[in-house]
Amino acid sequence: MSRVTILSIVVSSALLLYILEMVRRRKLREEYSILWLAGSVIILVLSIKQDWLVGIAHAAGIAYPPSFLFLVGILFILLILIHFSIAISKLYMMNKKMAQELALFKEELNPPDSRE
Amino acid sequence: MERTSPHTLVALPAYQEERSIGGLVRSLRERFPYDVLVVNDGSTDGTSDAAREAGAIVLDLPCNLGIGGAVQTAFLYAREHGYDAVVRIDGDGQHEVEDIPKVLEPILAGRADAVIGSRFLGETEYRVSIPRIFGIRFFRLLVNLTTGYRVTDPTSGFFAINRSLIEFYSHHYPSDYPEVDAFILMHRLKSRAVEVPVRMYDRAEGKSSITAFRAVYYMVKVTLSYLINRIRRFG
Repeated sequence: MSRVTILSIVVSSALLLYILEMVRRRKLREEYSILWLAGSVIILVLSIKQDWLVGIAHAAGIAYPPSFLFLVGILFILLILIHFSIAISKLYMMNKKMAQELALFKEELNPPDSRE
Repeated sequence: MERTSPHTLVALPAYQEERSIGGLVRSLRERFPYDVLVVNDGSTDGTSDAAREAGAIVLDLPCNLGIGGAVQTAFLYAREHGYDAVVRIDGDGQHEVEDIPKVLEPILAGRADAVIGSRFLGETEYRVSIPRIFGIRFFRLLVNLTTGYRVTDPTSGFFAINRSLIEFYSHHYPSDYPEVDAFILMHRLKSRAVEVPVRMYDRAEGKSSITAFRAVYYMVKVTLSYLINRIRRFG
């Protein structure tokens, strides 16, 4: 086993356990954990199953198989970042709606007529 | 609340306008029978109190939403309270309040769904900087090429809309720099939009929401959201 393989096994299992623990403690919502879990599981499997990694890497024309692992890692990071952008946009919409509703309710509770 | 017939609301988005908002609200209330609504967009100065003391209905947003979010709040208020028309003018005194009836007239006569006050129609004393005139020309071209409207002042924040657009905008209104985007929305709704000449002045107090640095971002963002609004679905 090459050192880079051992490293990727250690890192991806640590990541997997960490994400699972965060979800278990409700510090991370399941919704946001899916991509992290999928990414770390795929990297872990490919690190253990060397021949799968070599097969796919050769099929994709990649000379050094472990770099396929990095490719998978980078792709997942990209996906996760896009997912975050979408989540932030959704939060922005919700936040805007709530601010607007709050302003309307405050006015309703304290209309100009009721003031001195 | 005394009712005018038809029920018209003048809406002013205001951010840090404590020095000008009170006088503006008072002059509106002295001249016209319309209800005056100030949407205080998270100001930290005395904007809210100044507007309230001058007799406006005031909506205080808990944080700064930006101009589109603030104006949309006015549309939400108008929809909830059954107004027939909303006139939106700037809270900083750039727009001539005497021209409000002119902007309202085609709506009240049922000839238009939206009336946009243009600073370039008729004689004008409004002086525009070179970058700004470039931006306005660009958006004029964009709007005129993609809709049937012939618009001279696509970035004008002085406009009036009727009930159908109040209803639509209370659901869908762009968050920032909404004026240009509104044309593609109106085009897709097949709204009747007309322009009337109005007077606008350079800012007396405060600073414009568009600084030189933001100009490029403004152009790119507006163009992008404009084009996306052409292909977007509205539920």
